[in-house]
Amino acid sequence: MPDQLIFAMEVTLNGLLNGVMYALVALGFVLIFKASGIFNYAQGVMALFAAMTLVGIQQGRVPFGHLINEIFGTDIHYFGWEVPALAAILLTALVMIGFAILAQRFVFRHLVGQEPIILFMATIGLAYFLEGVSDLMWGSEIRNLDVGLPQGINDSIDAVTFNLFGYGFFIDNLDITAAIVATVLVAGLIAFAQYTKQGRAMRAVADDHQAALSVGIKLNYVWVLVWSLAGIVALVAGIMWGSKSGVQFSLSLIALKALPVLMLGGFTSIPGAIIGGLIIGVGEALFEFAIGPMIGGATENWFAYVLALVFLVFRPQGLFGEKIIERV
Amino acid sequence: MLDQPEQTQSGGAMPEKAAAETLLEVTNIEVIYNHVILVLKGVSLKVPKGGITALLGGNGAGKTTTLKAISNLLHSERGEVTKGMITYRGERIQHLTPSELVDRGVIQVMEGRHCFEHLTVEENLLTGAYTRRDGKGAIAADLEMVYTYFPRLKERRTSQAGYTSGGEQQMTAIGRALMSRPETILLDEPSMGLAPQLVEQIFDIVKRLNEEQGVTFLLAEQNTNVALRFAHYGYILESGRVVMDGPAAELRENPDVKEFYLGMSEEGRKSFRDVRSYRRRKRWLS
Ligand SMILES: Nc1ncnc2c1ncn2[C@@H]1O[C@H](COP(=O)(O)OP(=O)(O)OP(=O)(O)O)[C@@H](O)[C@H]1O
Ligand SMILES: [Mg+2]
Repeated sequence: MPDQLIFAMEVTLNGLLNGVMYALVALGFVLIFKASGIFNYAQGVMALFAAMTLVGIQQGRVPFGHLINEIFGTDIHYFGWEVPALAAILLTALVMIGFAILAQRFVFRHLVGQEPIILFMATIGLAYFLEGVSDLMWGSEIRNLDVGLPQGINDSIDAVTFNLFGYGFFIDNLDITAAIVATVLVAGLIAFAQYTKQGRAMRAVADDHQAALSVGIKLNYVWVLVWSLAGIVALVAGIMWGSKSGVQFSLSLIALKALPVLMLGGFTSIPGAIIGGLIIGVGEALFEFAIGPMIGGATENWFAYVLALVFLVFRPQGLFGEKIIERV
Repeated sequence: MLDQPEQTQSGGAMPEKAAAETLLEVTNIEVIYNHVILVLKGVSLKVPKGGITALLGGNGAGKTTTLKAISNLLHSERGEVTKGMITYRGERIQHLTPSELVDRGVIQVMEGRHCFEHLTVEENLLTGAYTRRDGKGAIAADLEMVYTYFPRLKERRTSQAGYTSGGEQQMTAIGRALMSRPETILLDEPSMGLAPQLVEQIFDIVKRLNEEQGVTFLLAEQNTNVALRFAHYGYILESGRVVMDGPAAELRENPDVKEFYLGMSEEGRKSFRDVRSYRRRKRWLS
């Protein structure tokens, strides 16, 4: 087999695994958008906040330490204990649920029935607020996140491909783990939405708020549920990205990666988010591999957007976006 | 749901036994949208248990607003009941959420059907049972009950509601309300956009539900003709006020109703101009 082809296979594989991560971030958007028509600008910051909180809890940091020290002239930073990874993840999930409740209670509850653009503005406000809170609570330094996920090159893939092609693929264990976790999460979410009473209520609310109210579904409750799920998705995305490249402000920019995925897959489709993520992951990796060197590289930054725009022209509702059912 | 003995009369006077208890009573309510638009200017009506009560009137008369004031769906439309009182079984219900009202047996079927279009017909029906806590078995039994009234829905159970016909959607909306085991259904304009034959079919089922399942109906309709044939009692609403009420049979025979709502008169159909001058005359008189 020609070398180029073998390299391309490796690139594709890496692209696929990256794509799973993109899909994961996009999924958070889709969940909220479907159920409440809100495009949640804060999704990326939620991932940052979740990852920061996780690191903070794990390392036993004192929340608002800087603030406390500033006001009381003390010098405390750590409680002096460490919380095991799993417990810290669960605690962080609770924090994200708390955030969902607060956001619903103090912001979105008062905006029921408002124009989508106003709701969107509210999420922009929420994003900056949460970013500020995150800074105040945990500081803004870069943190290492280690919850014990396997890291480094996967030896067996290396060995198998070496035997096959005489060239070992470099695939990161973390990427593989992320792909598996994301797959399980998505399967869980789909099963929840499809087969449970609350999931059905969630889809009903997504279709028609008024009708949902009229049959006795409590909108507030469903929205808290949806924001909690989005918070947990953000947490998982935060863990994966944070483990890979550290927890820092740029983590919140993963939202920018989700946008083209959404344009491609449709804002309302869970499968769309997945397929869209994979297409973009593979597409940008292959493009960088094949065309990148000719035009100076760094194509990853914009390729996804160009692909998405081209798509937008031909299929405005995205690959799998729900057909807008129009009949009276 | 209460089982009632079969009633044989078709429309006309109220069934005798139901004359007893008033389930729902609206007393002199005023509704304002967006803090400024006064839409209901003192509406009062009574809905007796086991009856079909019709709320009639033209476009914008305030029928939907009245129903939403009762089911408390006004809030999400930025509307508010600013005066008057609404009671159900003698208790004030204005502070209750739609969900609590459904729990107490009052559910609205909204105008324009409002099915969950991406859910299947059966899933739509099941959302009606959202507030119930009496177990899967009871819900499954009621699903079968709904299918016996609407056999068409059984055939379409796995179709996405958005792709079903207008009539099927209306059936789905009514069936969905039934799944909550309601005592009272507030049914808003079931005839909207349906062929006359289908309208007849839907009203027949409403009547059967009323007689066989004992469901009480408050029915908002523009289609005065059909509504008065099936209802026991009627209220006529005009720009936010009740201008006339009485047993359906009497309203059907009333010359004004005949002329302006049933479109019948000695010289045939009245022109729009005449109706307008009638309105003007009425405003002078009131
Ligand atoms: N959300 C709203 N905000 C402001 N005004 C409203 C709102 N909803 C209804 N109205 C106004 O209230 C009046 C009564 O409307 P309503 O929908 O209750 O009438 P209706 O009798 O149900 O009419 P139709 O037969 O056309 O359904 C109308 O003039 C309408 O313009
Ligand atoms: Mg109406």
